[in-house]
Amino acid sequence: MSVLVSKHSKVIVQGFTGKEGTFHATQMIEYGTNVVGGVTPGKGGEKHLDKPVFNSVADARKATGCDVSIIFVPPAFAADAIMEAADAGVELIVCITEGIPVQDMVTARNYLSTRKSRLIGPNCPGVITPGGAKVGIMPGFVFIPGRIGIVSKSGTLTYEAADQVAKAGLGVSTAIGIGGDPIIGTTTREAVELFMNDPDTDAIVMIGEIGGSLEADAARWIRDNGNKKPVIGFIAGQTAPPGRRMGHAGAIIGGADDTAAAKMRIMRECGLHVVDSPASIGEMVAKVMSGVAV
Amino acid sequence: MNLHEYQAKELLKKNGAVIQEGIVATTPEEAVAAAQTLKEKYNSDWVVVKSQIHAGGRGKGKIEGTDQNGVALAKNHDKVKEISKNLLGGVLVTKQTGPTGKKVTKVLVAQDVYYPGESETKEFYLSMLLDRGTGKNVFIYSTEGGMDIEEVAEHTPEKVHKEWVDPSVGLQDFQTRKMAFNLGLSGNAFKEMTKFIKALYKTYMSTDASMVEINPCLKTSDNKILAVDCKLGLDDNALYRHPDLLALRDLNEEDPTETEAADAELNYVKLDGNVGCMVNGAGLAMATMDMIQLSGGSPANFLDVGGTANAERVEKAFRIILRDPNVKAILVNIFGGIVRCDRVAQGIVDAYKSIGDIPVPIIVRLQGTNAKEAKELIDKSGLQVRSAIQLKEAAEEVKKALA
Repeated sequence: MSVLVSKHSKVIVQGFTGKEGTFHATQMIEYGTNVVGGVTPGKGGEKHLDKPVFNSVADARKATGCDVSIIFVPPAFAADAIMEAADAGVELIVCITEGIPVQDMVTARNYLSTRKSRLIGPNCPGVITPGGAKVGIMPGFVFIPGRIGIVSKSGTLTYEAADQVAKAGLGVSTAIGIGGDPIIGTTTREAVELFMNDPDTDAIVMIGEIGGSLEADAARWIRDNGNKKPVIGFIAGQTAPPGRRMGHAGAIIGGADDTAAAKMRIMRECGLHVVDSPASIGEMVAKVMSGVAV
Repeated sequence: MNLHEYQAKELLKKNGAVIQEGIVATTPEEAVAAAQTLKEKYNSDWVVVKSQIHAGGRGKGKIEGTDQNGVALAKNHDKVKEISKNLLGGVLVTKQTGPTGKKVTKVLVAQDVYYPGESETKEFYLSMLLDRGTGKNVFIYSTEGGMDIEEVAEHTPEKVHKEWVDPSVGLQDFQTRKMAFNLGLSGNAFKEMTKFIKALYKTYMSTDASMVEINPCLKTSDNKILAVDCKLGLDDNALYRHPDLLALRDLNEEDPTETEAADAELNYVKLDGNVGCMVNGAGLAMATMDMIQLSGGSPANFLDVGGTANAERVEKAFRIILRDPNVKAILVNIFGGIVRCDRVAQGIVDAYKSIGDIPVPIIVRLQGTNAKEAKELIDKSGLQVRSAIQLKEAAEEVKKALA
């Protein structure tokens, strides 16, 4: 077991025949992900990468029974693609697209609140269960199978964490990139909760950044639920100046509570193992897992 | 993207709000002519001359080397000329601009709206932005206008009200009434406020704003509700569908190097440290900056080369970083996923060859896709770069370079 995706997931790709969709669908298939088809409106009935193309997510769902959709649709049409997947009843929607207008996501999130689907992202690297399924754009070889869950707002920092976990002789159960936008589908707390309930995850690496209150919310939830599994935390942006957007649309310090220092303090108070340097993530995981007091 | 006060107020007006009227001037002569026009319209010699820069705190801020405040009342045309002479071409330093300040190239000559009348004037605070927690748009409003809202929230949190808008139905009348009541209004001012709130909402939604703030929002002595100031930030991701708003962009307000970087698809923010960095991914870039600080340096910049970094872009990034005279070392930190490390390495080699003598040590950490090939490329090139594989090693190298 793992969380969200496994070798049993049936994955479709929205924006299948586009440049991004084609490139990453190819990579996912090579990784061993069970890609059962894709959606490109107007190209229904064709074949792409030896898989069927459908006009709509509903058609794809009917024909393939897909339970996961990954979205590579351009920003202007991505919120619509998310709602289409939710309307078709797809259980898990992973939106990679970066640069979706915020108000489009206000609409999409509101729509999702009336549907059963779970959204990961947008503006995220996706989800990977090493050895099972890669539903995202991450370099698969960095992720070694194991029992550490990773939840992160950032793409490359997720790879960094997975690499350090591997160098520490451990591996990853599932890594979830939740995305760096102001509005995302699955929060840090929700991702942590999934790992807390997963029998195949022993510890959790939680990587956040400046802006918003997701990490503080997650830390309080962890404390209130009895710190059942150790959580190793890092917050990027200790040196970021207030009021400037640091790449990610969500990474901007607005008030006193969303600085890296404030978040790290709250995480420590809630019993998380917080590291100051991104270079120490793997080391801390190893320490925690070997039972060394920290 | 941010707008100037005068641009934001025009948008409010277009959407049905009453504003403190004004005319933009770029010379003292234009300012006097503007004051004359306002006099004919409003029958008063008094006008307010307001510096137009993208930063708050203008009223208390001062023009560098003088006692001239960034916003000042002028009671006659001579004073208008004097104040606008002081402001135009000067550098305004406010709490928000930092010590370098911002050059004033435009002033807004605006009507005096604090005239005496049947009732006392009263200032309010009104803003709208996204509440990330709920994923809904929210009004934040207070009876304590004209002040720093963060301070109001800290000292008298009970005076800061919030009103969330349900995305399914949009702003409802009962909500505008509730807000106007909470602001203690009645009679005509009450009605005017409900109209004003709707205009604010319409402005926010129709421009894809990330934030609209009206501080102060004024009840005049004759019970009108109007915007004295307005700050409007736009969602950069939505600008593609607002060419009219994109045309309002003022490049004078932006750091030219940051603009140049953006044109090359580099995400660059200038900072004031001594170690330049070049990283792929925003999160890793911030983390790298933090690591530089922990190694005894301080980051000279944030720079995300993006998910498709190629040799050309890497060279451009080098040139931009090297322009900063404070830079004592450069750390390149690439975790190759989609980005192939060998391509980045090629970019570094090319940059070295075409820039010529790079006077500061370079630490290169390439990990992930094709990291081995990348290291070979760099080692074979004979370049004086310090290579690292692990992030820890890179941190050590930064320490050594600064020692």
